[in-house]
Amino acid sequence: MNAGEAERTETRDVVAMADVSFAWPGASGFALAIDRFTLAKGRKVLLLGPSGSGKSTLLSLLAGIVSPNRGRIEILGTDITPLSSTRRDRFRAEHVGVIFQMFNLLPYGSALDNVVLPLAFAPERRQRANQGGGEAHEARRLLLALGLPEERITRSAGELSVGQQQRVAAARALIGGPELIIADEPTSALDDDAKGRFLELLFHQLDAAGASLLMVSHETELGQHFDEVIRLDEVIARRETA
Amino acid sequence: MTVLRLAAKSLANRWLTALLTVLAIAVSVVLLLGVEKLRTGAKASFANTISGTDLIIGARSGGLQLLLYSVFRIGNATNNMTWRSYEAIKARGEVKWIVPLSLGDSHRGFRVLGTTANYFDHYQFRRGRHLEFAQGTRFSDLFDAVIGSDVADALGYKTGDKIIVAHGTGAIGINKHDDKPFRVSGVLAKTGTPVDRTVHVSLEAIEAIHIGWDGGSRQAGRTMSAEAVRRLDLKPKAITAALVGLKSKISIFTLQRYVNTYRSEPLTAILPAATLYELWGLIGTAEAALLVVSIMVVITALLGMATMILATLNERRREIAILRSVGAGPGTVIGLLVSEAGLLTFAGVVMGLLLTYVGLFALQPLIDDHYGLFLEIVPPTAMEIGVLGLILAGGVLAGLLPAWRAYRQSLADGMMVRA
Repeated sequence: MNAGEAERTETRDVVAMADVSFAWPGASGFALAIDRFTLAKGRKVLLLGPSGSGKSTLLSLLAGIVSPNRGRIEILGTDITPLSSTRRDRFRAEHVGVIFQMFNLLPYGSALDNVVLPLAFAPERRQRANQGGGEAHEARRLLLALGLPEERITRSAGELSVGQQQRVAAARALIGGPELIIADEPTSALDDDAKGRFLELLFHQLDAAGASLLMVSHETELGQHFDEVIRLDEVIARRETA
Repeated sequence: MTVLRLAAKSLANRWLTALLTVLAIAVSVVLLLGVEKLRTGAKASFANTISGTDLIIGARSGGLQLLLYSVFRIGNATNNMTWRSYEAIKARGEVKWIVPLSLGDSHRGFRVLGTTANYFDHYQFRRGRHLEFAQGTRFSDLFDAVIGSDVADALGYKTGDKIIVAHGTGAIGINKHDDKPFRVSGVLAKTGTPVDRTVHVSLEAIEAIHIGWDGGSRQAGRTMSAEAVRRLDLKPKAITAALVGLKSKISIFTLQRYVNTYRSEPLTAILPAATLYELWGLIGTAEAALLVVSIMVVITALLGMATMILATLNERRREIAILRSVGAGPGTVIGLLVSEAGLLTFAGVVMGLLLTYVGLFALQPLIDDHYGLFLEIVPPTAMEIGVLGLILAGGVLAGLLPAWRAYRQSLADGMMVRA
């Protein structure tokens, strides 16, 4: 690989949104418009904004769970807006890892079950996860690296503390190496010490996997950990509730 | 697969509601199958009661009535036929055999049937089976009686016991022929027909115990001792009905016409099978009503299941949002809920099937004792399996509603995970 190629790959945007507008179906639906938003590969970006500012809508659009009325949403160079919902689901499974604010896990499964869950929908990630000695082995490695105590790995997810649940959710997002991790206030339920520690471990794994992170939060003080902090109202050109 | 395993655990977590749903479906299946088994069992039991008899002849009345009192011992004869008519029919060339039946007395609630010894040769049930003796022999003496197996079981009789016949057919005979006791000469093997609940004596014995009786009560001063009776001519004057076997099936209608147009007295000849059909026609409406009720109960159970799944959707929104976030498509979400409905229905159907057979085995002797209805226990028929398949399909169909709703909900929720 020559230097030029490496450079191009390095600077290619993981996310590129242009002229996007979207309205939730229904008379009282929330609507927003995004003129332009990009996320470069390998970057860790914090989107700051209060709740109700359209964070969840933005993440739903990026994950391809909903499709915009207008505009382009490119993930890894693929415009996902013209894809069928099934192809978008498949694309999300392969390339996007998601961490929610809380209630991330299926409470009936063990921590391990929850981590390997996305592999059921993503053959490429499954293959990559298997290279390191098997799905369970890789899941275990990630869980330990993210600081989950060994004896908790096979415990039912419902028995874990909130902090432990978030570590499991992070491992689930990371397993099999998806290129983009999106996180919706993953630290808001953690205390201040745990927040920093959690982000540190998460970033370490992101760097190891070469993944990019887009995290939304209302907590300004988290900004110090990130490559870039963007205020959500700079991204979202307009929003209204009809 | 992880997803299925987690779905199973999710279901296991709601085990109580799931179990109740399965039970509701199972009970509806038991009702549906039970009604069907009772219906076919009752029909089979009726159809199996008489076999090999071409015509039943009695005093003119409804054909159904004649069949019911002569063979099933249900109801009473309105009239008798004379012995002379019996002899005339017996003398006909078409007749291979004829067995007279004389009813009207009872023993502790069991009907007493006066007949001839060839009854034991010609009476057939369940597609050509003949009567067999569990103990003893046919009647040889005037005051011998052959009892059915239920009579022996219920009253604890064995050969050699003395029994007293009562006049009339009530359970408690007030007017007893206690001056002329009978001796049990034989006990018949179980047949699953009204024969089991019958006391058989000779026609002459019926005649003998009624000497000195008039209008249903004993006439003072006109009775005779059992020993004196033996010396009389005990040829009966009238019988209740007669079973007839013909040399050739072709002559059935010839003889039937002869009997139905018999000049000396009004008589009726019926074909047992044809008259049974008349009976099915009569009870067909009730059967249809029962079937409709059973189907309604099944539909109610399936709607209950759909309601249960719908009700759990709110708490499962999180589960579904998580699955969607890791890449599960509508197929997975709908598939999970539909297969849950399918699984619950399947469990209900299997449980219902098991309960039905457990119930059949448990209740068979009770139903036999109380209603004289011997239910043969057979594996599910193709029709019943088809019905169970339809219930399963109905369950899956009922599952589509919550499944579709769950998918729509997941679209509206987007990436929000609700508590």
